Amino acid sequence: MAVIAGRPARGALLPPRLRAITGTRSGALAIFIIRRILWMIPILFFVILITFSLMHLAPGSPWDKNGGRQLSDTVVHNLNVRYGLDKPVPQQFLLYVWNVTHFDFGLSYQYQGKTVSDLLLESWPYTATIGVLAFLLIIPVGVGLGVLAALRQNTRVDYITMGFATIAASFPNFVIGALMVVVLSVLAYKATGGNFYLPAAGFAVDDSLIMPVVTLALLPIAYTARLTRASTLETIRQDYVRTAWAKGLPERLVVIRHVLKNSLIPVVTTLGPTFAFLVTGSVIVETVFAIPGIGRAFVTAIESRDYPMILGTTVLFSLVVAVANLIVDVLYVFIDPRVRLT
Amino acid sequence: MGQTLLQLEDLHTQFFTSRGVVRAVDGISFHVDAGETLGVVGESGCGKTMTALSILRLVPDPGRITSGRILFRGRDVTKMTDEEIREFRGNDVAMIFQDPMTSLNPVTKVGTQIEEAMTAHERFTERLARGRVVELLKRVRVPAAESRVKDYPHQFSGGMRQRAMIAMGLSNEPSLLIADEPTTALDVTVQAQIIQLMKQLNRELGTAMMLITHNMALVASLCERVVVMYAGRIVEEGPVEQIFRSPQHPYTWSLLRSVPRVDEARKERLVSIKGLPPDLSHPPPGCKFHPRCPFVIDKCKTEPEPQLEEVGVNQVARCWRLMRTINEEELDAAKSSGLSKDAAARLKQEPSATVGAPPSGNNNAGS
Repeated sequence: MAVIAGRPARGALLPPRLRAITGTRSGALAIFIIRRILWMIPILFFVILITFSLMHLAPGSPWDKNGGRQLSDTVVHNLNVRYGLDKPVPQQFLLYVWNVTHFDFGLSYQYQGKTVSDLLLESWPYTATIGVLAFLLIIPVGVGLGVLAALRQNTRVDYITMGFATIAASFPNFVIGALMVVVLSVLAYKATGGNFYLPAAGFAVDDSLIMPVVTLALLPIAYTARLTRASTLETIRQDYVRTAWAKGLPERLVVIRHVLKNSLIPVVTTLGPTFAFLVTGSVIVETVFAIPGIGRAFVTAIESRDYPMILGTTVLFSLVVAVANLIVDVLYVFIDPRVRLT
Repeated sequence: MGQTLLQLEDLHTQFFTSRGVVRAVDGISFHVDAGETLGVVGESGCGKTMTALSILRLVPDPGRITSGRILFRGRDVTKMTDEEIREFRGNDVAMIFQDPMTSLNPVTKVGTQIEEAMTAHERFTERLARGRVVELLKRVRVPAAESRVKDYPHQFSGGMRQRAMIAMGLSNEPSLLIADEPTTALDVTVQAQIIQLMKQLNRELGTAMMLITHNMALVASLCERVVVMYAGRIVEEGPVEQIFRSPQHPYTWSLLRSVPRVDEARKERLVSIKGLPPDLSHPPPGCKFHPRCPFVIDKCKTEPEPQLEEVGVNQVARCWRLMRTINEEELDAAKSSGLSKDAAARLKQEPSATVGAPPSGNNNAGS
């Protein structure tokens, strides 16, 4: 058969059964997801490679003690042997990658006898709970305020909303967190004689979550509101929105079907990274509210050169980012028919 | 013909910008009869589209209808409540927009977009509307209409999208269809098909049509009557044949001369109208066309703009120098240059600044 120049049709090189699957939209979607998941493997490999290199390039070692007693050479040597740090760095790297493929993230240096997996499983649930709650707050509040401001452009509603967004975006969250503690915990306690106040620290699924969640969510809410407003304002001026009005559609339909369906596409794009940002924790929020989350654990691990812990946390964060982006890309297929799966 | 469907009375639509008030529509009066096809012609920026958007009360910010009446079957559109105007749009008067590529919602199925035009009004139930979508697409000659209703706009070509727009416009069987440059964004072969289609629909359904265009050929093939607009004003109005045979306003004459003709001797040069339409926030005094008019005389600059005057059977024009009063010599001069000596000299002096600016007093210098 003659060879015809050009790209083979999609799936032409696959066996017949697979070719049938790629023909349907849901089949194409499944293959898209599988391919993206497979792509995560090289991504994670490079994340480990870069983190590993940087970690070992930085001067110092896990056994340096700041201000404390310096360990004797023999002890340091024994520790190195125990944790495999005596081997050449490339070998250590390969060994780590090999272990990771077996879901073994190694032992922590700081906490005797604890595996990195244990530590991550202990601290991440706190962070993830706050992150997910903050995320659930962002969607209605951030998107809602943005849409409201756009639909009432240049009115008081718009000015107040955008004023709030600017303030929320400009205050650092340790200031907001501290202010909330002062007002809602300390002053509220004094003013009500202890009848009403929000706990300033601690973690339980109750009102102690309110302040950390709000503190964490404030900046992304402001950001999402601004983005939603800008995108909605741009969409309102599109020709097809004018067409919708010209058809005599009621305002509700024009807004929902013709404005929002289009204007929220860019917003969804940013929600992926926002979600990843939220569930990977904020050291500041966790410190202000004394939450034993992964953000703090990560910083502590870096300070004490807890190599396996640093790597483990980085791998977890990369996975979260990759999965969040994958979810956004899949969502895209459903909200924008122009998106093609490639 | 039939009774008056739409009557515009001294309509003013103005834009309140930081540079001043832009008089986009400046005292327009005309009417459309039931079943009639009316052409509204003029260059870009002369207020045609704003006139159409005013009729549906869709003038974008910061524009507003400032005075005048728009009577549709005797009801004043400018005084309708929000619900009344919603019911009026798409039902009594529908509009087809210029660019089919951007006028359809990219994330909603074409079928849904046509269907909702019907379900927004009370004429069709949801069930009936759904069935009618395919029927409408067939009527506007969309091939494989049954399967195409489920497609999204990006799966349609430009011509197909415009057909879908027309189907949408016709879905409620409106008494008047306003088509704003319906073929401008399409290539020539598709243009012809769309024109044929609109002609046929007008004949079969008796829908009155208001065709907004700068394309004189389109007007000739589709319209019975024509309104010529310049700088937010009507400068000439009359039956198409008459206007084409003997245009009386120099602007109409110039517009017609800027269309290439196959049946005419090639010796005559194709003439474009020099300069640009005036800035509507600072229109020139006197007749607004005088800075570009090949037959301009002093009276055009100093006297207030002339009234619309009867110049033939059902034909009116607004000009001191009607074409029938222009002598042979002057006509030849204008044909060969497209400009009077006077205007040519002035344009040479200040290439673009003169356009729309008031004339610089006396013009004898330099000639």
